[in-house]
Amino acid sequence: MKFLPTSDGERREMLAAMGARSIDDLFASVPAEVRRDPDLPPPMSEIEIRRFIGGLAKKNVNARDTAFFLGAGVYHHYVSAIADQMLYRAEWLTAYTPYQPEISQGTLQSIFEFQTHVCLLTGLEVANASLYEGASALVEALLMAERLSRGRTKAVLSGAIHPEYRETVRTYFSNLGLELVEVPVGVDGTTDARALAAAVDEKTFAVAVQSPNFYGVVEDWAAGSAAAKAKGALSVAVIAEAASLALLRPPGEGGADIACGEAQSLGVPMHNGGPLLGFLSCRSEHQRQIPGRLAGMTKDAEGRRAFCLTLSTREQHIRREKATSNICTNQGLMALASNIHMSLLGKEGLREVARQCHAKAEYLKGEIAKLRGYRLPYGGPTFNEFLVEAPEDAAGLLARLAARGILGGVPLSRFDPADRRRFLVAVTEMNERVEMDRLVAALAGRDA
Amino acid sequence: MSVEVETPAAVARDPRRPDPRPLPLVFERSGEGKIGYSLPPLDVPDTIGIPEALCRAEVAGETQISEVDVARHFTRLSQRNFSIDQGLYPLGSCTMKHNPRTNEEMARLPGFAAAHPLAPEALSQGTLELAWLLERALAELTGLPRVTLQPSAGAQGELAGILLVRKALERTGRARKTVLIPDSAHGTNPASAHFAGYTVRELKSNPRGTIDLDVLEKAMTDDVAALMLTVPNTLGIFEDKILDIARIVHAKGGYLYCDGANFNAYVGVAKPGLMGIDVMHMNLHKTFSTPHGGGGPGSGPVAVTQSLVPYLPRPTVERRADGTFFLDYDRPESIGRLRTFLGNYGMFVRALSYIAAYGNRIGEVARGAVLNANYIRAGLSGVYHLKYDGPSMHEVVFSDKKQSELGVSNVDIAKRLMDYGFHPPTMSFPLIVHGALMIEPTETEGKPVLDAFIKAMREIARECEESPDLVRGAPHTTPVKRVDEVGAARNLVLRWRP
Repeated sequence: MKFLPTSDGERREMLAAMGARSIDDLFASVPAEVRRDPDLPPPMSEIEIRRFIGGLAKKNVNARDTAFFLGAGVYHHYVSAIADQMLYRAEWLTAYTPYQPEISQGTLQSIFEFQTHVCLLTGLEVANASLYEGASALVEALLMAERLSRGRTKAVLSGAIHPEYRETVRTYFSNLGLELVEVPVGVDGTTDARALAAAVDEKTFAVAVQSPNFYGVVEDWAAGSAAAKAKGALSVAVIAEAASLALLRPPGEGGADIACGEAQSLGVPMHNGGPLLGFLSCRSEHQRQIPGRLAGMTKDAEGRRAFCLTLSTREQHIRREKATSNICTNQGLMALASNIHMSLLGKEGLREVARQCHAKAEYLKGEIAKLRGYRLPYGGPTFNEFLVEAPEDAAGLLARLAARGILGGVPLSRFDPADRRRFLVAVTEMNERVEMDRLVAALAGRDA
Repeated sequence: MSVEVETPAAVARDPRRPDPRPLPLVFERSGEGKIGYSLPPLDVPDTIGIPEALCRAEVAGETQISEVDVARHFTRLSQRNFSIDQGLYPLGSCTMKHNPRTNEEMARLPGFAAAHPLAPEALSQGTLELAWLLERALAELTGLPRVTLQPSAGAQGELAGILLVRKALERTGRARKTVLIPDSAHGTNPASAHFAGYTVRELKSNPRGTIDLDVLEKAMTDDVAALMLTVPNTLGIFEDKILDIARIVHAKGGYLYCDGANFNAYVGVAKPGLMGIDVMHMNLHKTFSTPHGGGGPGSGPVAVTQSLVPYLPRPTVERRADGTFFLDYDRPESIGRLRTFLGNYGMFVRALSYIAAYGNRIGEVARGAVLNANYIRAGLSGVYHLKYDGPSMHEVVFSDKKQSELGVSNVDIAKRLMDYGFHPPTMSFPLIVHGALMIEPTETEGKPVLDAFIKAMREIARECEESPDLVRGAPHTTPVKRVDEVGAARNLVLRWRP
């Protein structure tokens, strides 16, 4: 067995040294009734594993082989080769949480840099080392707001937040005695501002709005922030398409107290939906309630700049049932990939990616709007994703397109079976104009 | 804070000590006019259809840096990490074993890495089949009928497991109020029970470090929803009375939850389902070798007994009679979901590759892990104090009792180990061992490495007696000296500022 470095001879020497007759002797405390050999196939060689797993991979159609317009929370963006290849370095890949700062300065400094990128993009002062993914990041943001409110019990969520994020919040809140109110979407596709303001009261600890929202429409952070501030609640900004942060007004400027969501778009492949990259940032006055790991700058015994994990007294391995959250790991390797990606793109590249995504989406949106029978239900401005209403069942239409190598969008029936004719189309810098023209032709029923 | 501009490493320096100068931040390497990316020219009209009031100015402070500088920056940073591939990383409970590289390659196949979770089912049969096969393999290994792969990591798996229990009890009319947790448990257990709306009652361990059946019998009322048990526990000791424990919990209508963080101690040798365990999370990044990546991504599947199946998170992966696979969202009794999509899918690919490599010989993992831990135990007994001397499984927990009498703490010993080229053991728990040194070598270490570790630990014990200041001042050979963690928490600097 190639992962087991001990030879039979060494094993015998080891047993002799500890005075045991066999390895089985060491399992004496495991009752015989519970022991059982597993019914699994024989071991596979590396060649066989490549055949087996590679065969499964081939059964999928992937973004690289198709005209690809799927989004709804996971986006197909450019990732530089170096961002992935760096992850192969054993020093990154095979290390763990940097509990021992003296031999973990690489990971710690990278987290510190990642935190800085997130702060710059969201316009807030403090960010954590990452969270699992967008939906649980929203949960953590809401629970953080609840703690800061000292006794308030209600959260107000825009109904245009990603449906799986809202479902996650409902799951987490189900036993915590907290109330959730969801505010409907208005005619232009943004959260109904009047309904939002009316839903917020003195019991409300947080008002959460997503932008671009689930339907792709850009919201004004200021509307959610004003509704929150009017009643002394905290304003939570949710971002599922982080590439937008380089073009749109950042949450911090729009009055948000906490920004959270999904940063997969910034350097992480789609991975069939995971691992992704949750993030959370906030104002410095709230930094001691931030969930998850944090890297801080400090000095070593010789006065040299150094980094370490900090504020770990909030964490569960110390606080147990009084911990501020039950997160243990973060998304270390994905945060590293994202740090590399954001550093490479930098000020100019982040902006250019965002502009290209937007300009291409505007082009495609305009072309689809011209098609007979198709409608754009919402008139609000969009970034790189927009909602289309088809003249027929969207899932059936998209399945026909898929058979021709075009993954034209995500039908909303995936989230609500009753929502039959609407679908989301996402565009990124990866899409060429000729692909978009093919999609338009296929939607029109012309040969593509 | 000023940072030296990097120059080639000085020729004459301690060869055991890397360049001791701090590395600049990536932001400090940035310079006007430098570029690290390339994009094709825009092939559509360059328009902005968003009102200016909703747009931002440039991202001030962001980098401008070439790919060359980025390559060097992150390579040099990496060299300031210790990792499994450099040497023994015996961080107890974390299972720092070798990460097979085939699995990395498999997870990066475009059919997985460039797959989208909302692609049409007909085009996703491979991703669904892999998830289904992994579920079947984990079901076989746990002896439990169904598994959800959705939780992102162990702690989220714990929460999912307790939510499942809660939902099942609610269906019988009463969710109950309390969860029992031994004092030896991981800190995540009480935190997870709390977030599921339960009050935690701590069970005091017996002098052997295991569950005291009398204490359990008294605490196990019909108001207790579950006992959360780590098997083997955090002392590395198997609950040899596991069948009695299950009987006591079940007699009162409670559920037996198993924290499977230590599944690697008996995977392929014994089955939790046969022990009376009803629900159990596993850490794919521990037992099944997916890389720890400097702190994630993890993955925390949860296996359940038949009565908990209706409540599993949405969606489940199902197989039709014709052999095709689909996602079942129509689960009205589900607890809901813990996160978006299917979970950390990339970890599923790695874990299935790993299980395939061992197949029906996966028990070798547990046998190797237990052999190695016991070898270290034999090599260090008498030199370090062993508070609980029950039989060790995959890890052994010593303490600094002898050394603390000389004024040297477990932290000092840990830091000194770095000078010998080893990662320190876990020290923050179990809480019932003061000054703990929790050592988990894993099965992927060979005898020469274990011998060197034992020798180093014995040498350090001698240093504690002969030159305690040497140990207290450690580490001496690392890129930075001991780091001021108290200062970091007092004066929080959590980001670079332009």
